[in-house]
Amino acid sequence: MSAFFGKLMQSKKNQIILFIAYVVLAGAGLFLLPDSTIAFLMLLFSILILYHLNFNLRAKWISGIVILAIIMPFIASQSDSYQTYMEVGTLVGIYCAMALGLNIVVGFAGLLDLGFIAFFAVGAYSYAIFASEQASKFMPFGHYPLPGGSFWIFIIVGAAVAALFGILLGVPVLRVRGDYLAIVTLGFGEIIRILLNNMDHPINITNGSMGIASITPPNFFGISIGSSSQFYYIVFGIFLVVIYVVRKLENSKLGRSWKAVRDNEIAAQAMGIPLVKTKLAAFAIGASFSGMMGVVFAAKQMFVDATSFTYLESTMVLVMVILGGMGSVPGVILGAGVVIILRTQVLTNISNWLSSISADYGISIPPAISPEKMQLLIFGLLLIIFALYRTQGLIPHKNRKVNVEVLKKESAEAALAREKATSGGADS
Amino acid sequence: MNILEVKNLTKNFGGLTATSDITMNVEKNSITAVIGPNGAGKTTFFNMVTAVYKPTSGDILLNGKSLVGLKPHQVSQFGITRTFQNIRLFNEMTVLENVLVGMHQNLKSHWIGTLLQLPHIRKIEEAAKVEAYDILKYVGLEDYVNENAGNLAYGAQRRLEIGRAMAAKPKILLLDEPAAGMNPKETDRLTSLIHDLRTKLDVTIILIEHDMKLVMKISDYIYVLDHGELIASGKPDEIRTNKRVIEAYLGKGAVAND
Repeated sequence: MSAFFGKLMQSKKNQIILFIAYVVLAGAGLFLLPDSTIAFLMLLFSILILYHLNFNLRAKWISGIVILAIIMPFIASQSDSYQTYMEVGTLVGIYCAMALGLNIVVGFAGLLDLGFIAFFAVGAYSYAIFASEQASKFMPFGHYPLPGGSFWIFIIVGAAVAALFGILLGVPVLRVRGDYLAIVTLGFGEIIRILLNNMDHPINITNGSMGIASITPPNFFGISIGSSSQFYYIVFGIFLVVIYVVRKLENSKLGRSWKAVRDNEIAAQAMGIPLVKTKLAAFAIGASFSGMMGVVFAAKQMFVDATSFTYLESTMVLVMVILGGMGSVPGVILGAGVVIILRTQVLTNISNWLSSISADYGISIPPAISPEKMQLLIFGLLLIIFALYRTQGLIPHKNRKVNVEVLKKESAEAALAREKATSGGADS
Repeated sequence: MNILEVKNLTKNFGGLTATSDITMNVEKNSITAVIGPNGAGKTTFFNMVTAVYKPTSGDILLNGKSLVGLKPHQVSQFGITRTFQNIRLFNEMTVLENVLVGMHQNLKSHWIGTLLQLPHIRKIEEAAKVEAYDILKYVGLEDYVNENAGNLAYGAQRRLEIGRAMAAKPKILLLDEPAAGMNPKETDRLTSLIHDLRTKLDVTIILIEHDMKLVMKISDYIYVLDHGELIASGKPDEIRTNKRVIEAYLGKGAVAND
């Protein structure tokens, strides 16, 4: 059977047909079944299948974007739980971008950061303060709340402010390494959260534990954006930008510097790589992704307070990176998807299912041991299993391979050109 | 002409004197060996030249400019590159990437340019890869371009380290026990490689080595350290017959028996 299947998959045409069949099946499931979480997940899963097929890169990107931006939202829109699906999609996108940011810090540069959610908080608050009445409480000039159109500028502002905080954190912290660094970043994350919770006096900047409410929703050429299905597209757009940036950086001079620092600090320095600058760049760029998504988060929730940015959230982002595969971009995206869907869909559904069964049979399951409540236990177990059996994560990192034949040819051409140049020089 | 001058270099670790009062002059384009028994302070000396350690006292001058107080990456940018006694490669990166990192300080491709896909940046990156490939060919690793550096055999790792150092186009190349752990065939290959390097790269080489056959064969000048002090210096033939050197290696009485 598996031999037959393997043979079937060898041909590219068969792959395309089977893949389309899969997408159609999942789409039809989502379309026809009333509460079709499984079909929805199957449709998302098609992206993972796509990743493993051997199409060329452009075809993969285009089909991935078509599925996520057109097919999935369209079919979901026919369902009653349209906004729920889009909400899940939005959350996955937000956390994907954050996990990709943390992946730069942890996976590329090898700096363990346990307080990463702080940058998300900074981004969220930077929009929340200025897009609500809050800013008028301490700003001597200007008229607040800012209009919804400012949201688009604030995506950049949020990224910049978070990057600045990344550098602020980095400067004192980068003198310590390894375990010590982890502890200091953990402290930093908590400091930011507690600051946000207490900065309501003497000057009321964050409104303290009351949080900031009635944040202006974004405005796109006169259309006020409020629903999850609209935010889905904003998040999707930012997510695509983030992936592009990460993929390009990974194989740039800076990306190589990060990996060199990760693999061997002393040798990296001996090759002329400035340690502090390189590490700060990792912190700043990683944080900026988080800051951007923070702005989106604030606009989407229309309310922020410090309880959204606890240590648990930092851990979750780290779990996404470790589960997916440190340093591996597709792995981290998958990790983020798996964790969010486990949290928001699977565990909730299992809980509901269990409670309905227990009601049918008259057995009472105490709510304390419902899977929903045991999130931390489940993620802990998952991590232990991964640490034991798959240390590299779901999709292990692979270095990009260069085409040796091309190099060989170009090297020969260059040698020929040099020879010509020297002989030409001798003649004249 | 002296490219590197070391003046009264001393390093104390607490009460322990690792090197004391070392003075050396390294001629441009020469191959200079630093030898001595284990614990003589040879690697400490290298670490001071590359700014991993800060000297307690004394000065290091590259073309008359002092290197003391610089950061390691700055020393590297001034043109001093090294290899390590215990190999320090970027194990999780490919062989080609290791060499590319070596080229970084001469590589003018900013990451913002990479993000914007500027054509000249792409050209620079592409040319760098070709150059890195040429270096790999030179050190005999062209078959392992895409292999992770950590997976290479020991001798190949040593050669990759030299290749990576070459890529930085240094003025001075410091080799810390390049032949350690190599079999005779690999050592022979390395000897000719080092010899060849000097002319190819127009570089000054300082090496620490225990393999006397190699040292005597390729060095122009030899400095001998023992217990942190400079006990002898001279041409290979002078060192070979130097009484104090033989004593340091073989103990007192070894000379009398000869």
